[in-house]
Amino acid sequence: MNAKRVDKIATGVINVIAGIIVLILAGLLGYILVRGVPHISWHFLTSPAKAFQAGGGIGIQLFNSFYLLVLAMLISVPISLGAGIYLSEYAGKGRIVEIVRTAIEILSSLPSVVVGLFGFLLFVIQFKFGFSIISGALALTMFNLPLLTRSIEDSLEQVAFSQREAGLSLGLSRWETVIHVVIPEALPGIISGMILGAGRVFGEAAALIYTAGQSAPALNFADWNPFDIQSPLSPMRPAETLAVHIWKINAEGIQPDASAVSAGASAVLIIVVLLFNFLARRVGTFIYRKMTAA
Amino acid sequence: MANYSLDDRFIRELPGDAEVAVSTDDLRVFYGEHEAIHGVSLPFERYKITALIGPSGSGKSTYLRSINRMNDNIYGSRVTGNIMYRGLDINSNAVDVYEMRKHIGMVFQRPNPFAKSIYDNITFALKRFGTKSKAELDEIVETTLKQAALWDQVKDQLHKSALALSGGQQQRLCIARAIAMKPDILLMDEPASALDPISTATLEDTMMALKDQLTIIIVTHNMQQAARVSDYTAFFYNGQCLEFDETRKIFTRPKIQATDDYVSGNFG
Amino acid sequence: MEEDKIRAAMLRKSRAARIEQRGRAISFACIALIVLVVVAIFYFVASKGLATFYQNKVNLWDFLSKTSWSPSTTGPHGKPEVGALPMIIGSFGVTFLAAIVATPFAIGAALFMTEIATKWGAKILQPVIDLLVGIPSVVYGFIGLSVVVPAIRNVFGGTGFGILAGTFVLFIMILPTVTSMTVDAIHAVPSYYRSASAALGATRWQTTSRVVLRAAVPGILTGIVFGMARAFGEALAVQMVIGNAAMLPKDLISPASTLTSVLTSGIGNTVMGSLENNALWSLALILLLMSLAFNLVIRWIGKRGALK
Repeated sequence: MNAKRVDKIATGVINVIAGIIVLILAGLLGYILVRGVPHISWHFLTSPAKAFQAGGGIGIQLFNSFYLLVLAMLISVPISLGAGIYLSEYAGKGRIVEIVRTAIEILSSLPSVVVGLFGFLLFVIQFKFGFSIISGALALTMFNLPLLTRSIEDSLEQVAFSQREAGLSLGLSRWETVIHVVIPEALPGIISGMILGAGRVFGEAAALIYTAGQSAPALNFADWNPFDIQSPLSPMRPAETLAVHIWKINAEGIQPDASAVSAGASAVLIIVVLLFNFLARRVGTFIYRKMTAA
Repeated sequence: MANYSLDDRFIRELPGDAEVAVSTDDLRVFYGEHEAIHGVSLPFERYKITALIGPSGSGKSTYLRSINRMNDNIYGSRVTGNIMYRGLDINSNAVDVYEMRKHIGMVFQRPNPFAKSIYDNITFALKRFGTKSKAELDEIVETTLKQAALWDQVKDQLHKSALALSGGQQQRLCIARAIAMKPDILLMDEPASALDPISTATLEDTMMALKDQLTIIIVTHNMQQAARVSDYTAFFYNGQCLEFDETRKIFTRPKIQATDDYVSGNFG
Repeated sequence: MEEDKIRAAMLRKSRAARIEQRGRAISFACIALIVLVVVAIFYFVASKGLATFYQNKVNLWDFLSKTSWSPSTTGPHGKPEVGALPMIIGSFGVTFLAAIVATPFAIGAALFMTEIATKWGAKILQPVIDLLVGIPSVVYGFIGLSVVVPAIRNVFGGTGFGILAGTFVLFIMILPTVTSMTVDAIHAVPSYYRSASAALGATRWQTTSRVVLRAAVPGILTGIVFGMARAFGEALAVQMVIGNAAMLPKDLISPASTLTSVLTSGIGNTVMGSLENNALWSLALILLLMSLAFNLVIRWIGKRGALK
């Protein structure tokens, strides 16, 4: 066979492969959206789930997912900001720093089920938090920290070193310069990283089934006192999230409409995650434009 | 490249009545094991402009940056020797490096304005150091921008981003930002290397105008610039200062062969 | 007077110096906390996982090589049986099979995007693949359960649950990851390699297969190992389609189990400190060590690649 012929065949094979992939991916998204979207209604999004009958909604799970996300971000953003600053500004290149970086890399590649089990052991059992929002938020924090730290470190390093020198040469400390000059400049990247992390956290289930729990007790949406166990804001109540709910009804659900509910819930999950991805792209460029054109 | 004897040196002493703003004594800079500056001792006279010239890699920038200890921030660098300023050796832990830098400011090779408005570029550090009064800040912005010959061009757009300015304007803004701290000494590291000839000329005028209130030490590649603006010139070669003299003498009758070759363009 | 004031100020510790000290301490505390978390994870999981061998005196070799898993009941030898081989085989099985299936697809898609249809490949396929990386694994599990399992049941008979279903779900899951890393690896090949090869009269495929792909091998391998690490650690998507039978799989279409599937369905139903609970932690320890091993392999590939 001559080279030209081989070239043609190879190109054809690659085209077929690309076509198959596009088909699979389109089928995947299409399947979920086509099956799920018709099931989405105001009632579905706001009413509580039902254990044995059809017609259950995902209201509480949806609220739980967002509440856990907010808590996890509130805990993990300051910590990873500090850690990112340390790595990009103070760490240098020593041996110990190399070990620290390796540790962060290992944490980022740990299976989320292992992170969840550790959270179960430490927060649920050792600290006696039980299956609760706070246990879940802490588990999600551990899951979120390494990636967020790395993305913040990268964003900070994108800012020219001469910006730090400018601050230092005026008699400012490195810390002030970083907080007031470098971070605002790195903000587009930092925020994109945060939103992408939020998308990951929102869809995470394995780290949550043994920390935030698999049940969603009824909430009293008139009671916003975080110390009442019925209150939506109570950090000590168990909280099944949307992603956990999908797993749960598929693994052991006995609702007659389990498949329709999970299709609807999957569609909602995907739409939210897509929204996060879209936002991550847009918000970054928007902030950047606003900052430079002002 | 011709081999010049590094033992052949001429360092002029300042006249007896001259006031020294800052001086270094046997200053050495190390990067790891490598010694980049081999013991430079120079005096800088108050309210004068001293130019540091020499071929690339001769260490003049490294030397300049160590005067206000900017090299502290380079990983693995170490500076030994004394830097005397107001009777204190500022190259010691006893001296607070941040307080010192308020008095020994710096302008860099590439303009590095903050990604903030023109107004905030000048006032940011002042506010951090406690100047709160709006009227006072406004006044400082106006005077420093006038000194830096930028006021007329930007007075109507003080709250626009500094990044929208041209390179020459950005560099002048950086000078305004530096002199807003009312420093004693201004270190300038090839401030005109990224600028066009007209901006360079404006910059030189600014430097001449600033001379009556501060001491300037400038690193430059441009020999004409050194000859035009400076009172003293130091010639650096291979991490050492081979000749230090009044500028006029360096450019007419240098005492060292290497200097002669360098200023007459026969170098290398 | 003025002179003295400035001198005194320089000899005092400035506000900036105090801010700097505090900031350094705060940021150090953050990084220390993260390292502490990593150390704690290893300590806790290891101490729990090793208890099976130290406290319950289970033989390590039996644990790794025996095929009968019934830690809650007493077996024929008067002891509970904790042979984890079925799960170990299940985990490695789905991981390797998924990687083997995904690799040609990933390389094909990457070549399509980088060498053939560069324009719309980058415009359409790239963002779609980026999005798919972010799709939650339970969604893949749901698809597996409602599409893949019934399809296998119809074609091959049986229940449809098993290694084949797990492989297929993981294949789709890791495909975007491997593809985008392969694309990065191919992009990193300098373009003069291509022009040099084309100048010698090579066809596009000759250039691609002999020059571009060869130069991109370390990067592609990294992507594959990365995908394998993700597949090995994936819990819920696999647990939903594997069938969860803790026995040695006879074929690819009968119910099986993986380390993660047994863990997720088991840990909530056992009592802390009991043998059956400890045995589950031993499975978690294997997961942890494997994740470490994948990490080492990626580093090793990176180092070898950098040497070339």
